[in-house]
Amino acid sequence: MSHAIRAEGLVRRFGETTALAGVDLEVGAGRVFGLLGPNGAGKTTAVRVLATLLRPDAGTATVGGYDVLRQAHQVRQVIGLTGQYASVDETLTGTENLLLIGRLLGMSRGDARARARQLLAEFHLSDAADRAAKTYSGGMRRRLDLAASLVGRPRVLFLDEPTTGLDPRSRTELWGIVRELVGSGVTVLLTTQYLEEADQLADEIAVIDHGRVIAQGTSEELKAKVGGQALMVRPADPADLAVVRSVLREVTGVEPDLTQYAATVPAGGGDVLPTVVRRLDDAEVTIAELALRGASLDEVFLSLTGHRADDGTGSDTGTGAGTEKGTGSGAGTGDGTELAEVSA
Amino acid sequence: MTTISAPAPLPTRRVSPLVGLRHTMTLAWRSLVQIKHNPMELLDLSIQPLMFVLLFTYVFGGAIADSPSDYLRFMLPGIMVQNALFATMTTGFGLNMDLTKGVFDRLRSLPIARWAPLAGRIIADTVKQAWSIALLLAIGMVLGFRIGTGPLGVLGAFALLLVFSLAAAWISVLVGVLVSEPDKVQIFGFMVIFPLTFTSNVFVPTESMPGWLQAWVKVNPVSTLADALRGLLVSGPESGPIVTSLLWGLGIALVFAPLAVRAVRRRV
Repeated sequence: MSHAIRAEGLVRRFGETTALAGVDLEVGAGRVFGLLGPNGAGKTTAVRVLATLLRPDAGTATVGGYDVLRQAHQVRQVIGLTGQYASVDETLTGTENLLLIGRLLGMSRGDARARARQLLAEFHLSDAADRAAKTYSGGMRRRLDLAASLVGRPRVLFLDEPTTGLDPRSRTELWGIVRELVGSGVTVLLTTQYLEEADQLADEIAVIDHGRVIAQGTSEELKAKVGGQALMVRPADPADLAVVRSVLREVTGVEPDLTQYAATVPAGGGDVLPTVVRRLDDAEVTIAELALRGASLDEVFLSLTGHRADDGTGSDTGTGAGTEKGTGSGAGTGDGTELAEVSA
Repeated sequence: MTTISAPAPLPTRRVSPLVGLRHTMTLAWRSLVQIKHNPMELLDLSIQPLMFVLLFTYVFGGAIADSPSDYLRFMLPGIMVQNALFATMTTGFGLNMDLTKGVFDRLRSLPIARWAPLAGRIIADTVKQAWSIALLLAIGMVLGFRIGTGPLGVLGAFALLLVFSLAAAWISVLVGVLVSEPDKVQIFGFMVIFPLTFTSNVFVPTESMPGWLQAWVKVNPVSTLADALRGLLVSGPESGPIVTSLLWGLGIALVFAPLAVRAVRRRV
């Protein structure tokens, strides 16, 4: 079985709102797939459809080889789900929460208890095992939630925004746990608003916006699509900013992104930096700061979704790829490799 | 049944009713085991009716009836009805809590019978209901209430009250699914059950009210149920109010169970 998750043309509407507008996904077995997008992009809806909690209006999907509509019961036997909000029963203790799941999965009392003890130890919750979950910290609760989704040793794990609302330390801790899980062969579909999280964990990332996959690839591929690097110039005298701006525009052909003191442009070609330096020198502009840095996934995301690029100051691809508006054509085709869409 | 080694698609399988029943009992356990951590919950269930019993017996009792103990005999069966109706709100409250906290999603992502989460909750709440009826009766007896019938009458009273609250629980389920947060279930309870139970013959005899109100009080199922319980506990069972109460229960279940199930399906 090469694909643990496969979705084709998933559509789901809620009244007037289209949460999923034709989503295609393919996730190889044993991979970590990141579904990256802002709030309301359709990430959670996609997970709920794949986890058999929600019926799609159109499209098909299989998880672990089973159809989410016709074989929902089988799908439920191979998945684990950790929701956007910690879905443990807060009035029960850690042990009881895991016991409940184990018993519901058909384990004997003894097996369920043993499994609960084992998972609590693995997730560093043994000391809190007999305390009600409502006394847990946010990080502990999230770990318990993750443990609960692992009681039945799922082959496919859905993590819907697993670290939203966690402090940095708990987040790093949870990332470590997810990495260990993947080592054991579980396929993970992770949704997140944090580019860093997708960057850290996912083998492959799909950027989703307005219910469509607008780009797909490894984080390196996605970064490469927006030209890779950005050049920031800060003149010593802010009055020179106008000159800097026109130089950058002439050299790169792109209107720079301006702040009060600095101008930034995507620097696609290799000779942009020396050319800019020479031209600014000719214009007798003293440079206080000049930096060339790799595009962060944040910039990739923003340029792909076009959310910050409405005024045309967003970065261009620098690769000569199409410059259609972020939510434009081709998004629903599932052919993620050519979808470096950037607003003009 | 939790492990499937062959990845090849299998024909759709369902949960057998027996296994579904086991899921239900496990989920009922889940709702009851929390009492172990919070034993006060058992008293919470009856604190309000207890206040009512004390206040009405000693503050209003002498004015409404000849003496507080006479009044207790008249009122206690009615208070038991009121208490049972308030207690049905637990079902909607807990369901809404599960829905808003994501517990319901977790349960639905498991390979368990679809009806088990709701059935488990209702069974657990029925156990709580039985406890609170017994507690109220015990308190009443401490204050001087005397059972005029016998063990069969008491058993009948329990059975009738439990059957009726099982039916009324569907209203609670419907509310629990429709409102956005658990507290609103309780607000609904206050807004509907308070007027409903006070415009009945629970606290004062019907004859003391204005004519237009009497007309309503006489058809109010709370009055009918209170009459049925008075018969079963005090004056000897009367088939009229018992049958009418059961018919009310049946009617409520027939209307609200499908509405509630539909609402659950739509919400999730």
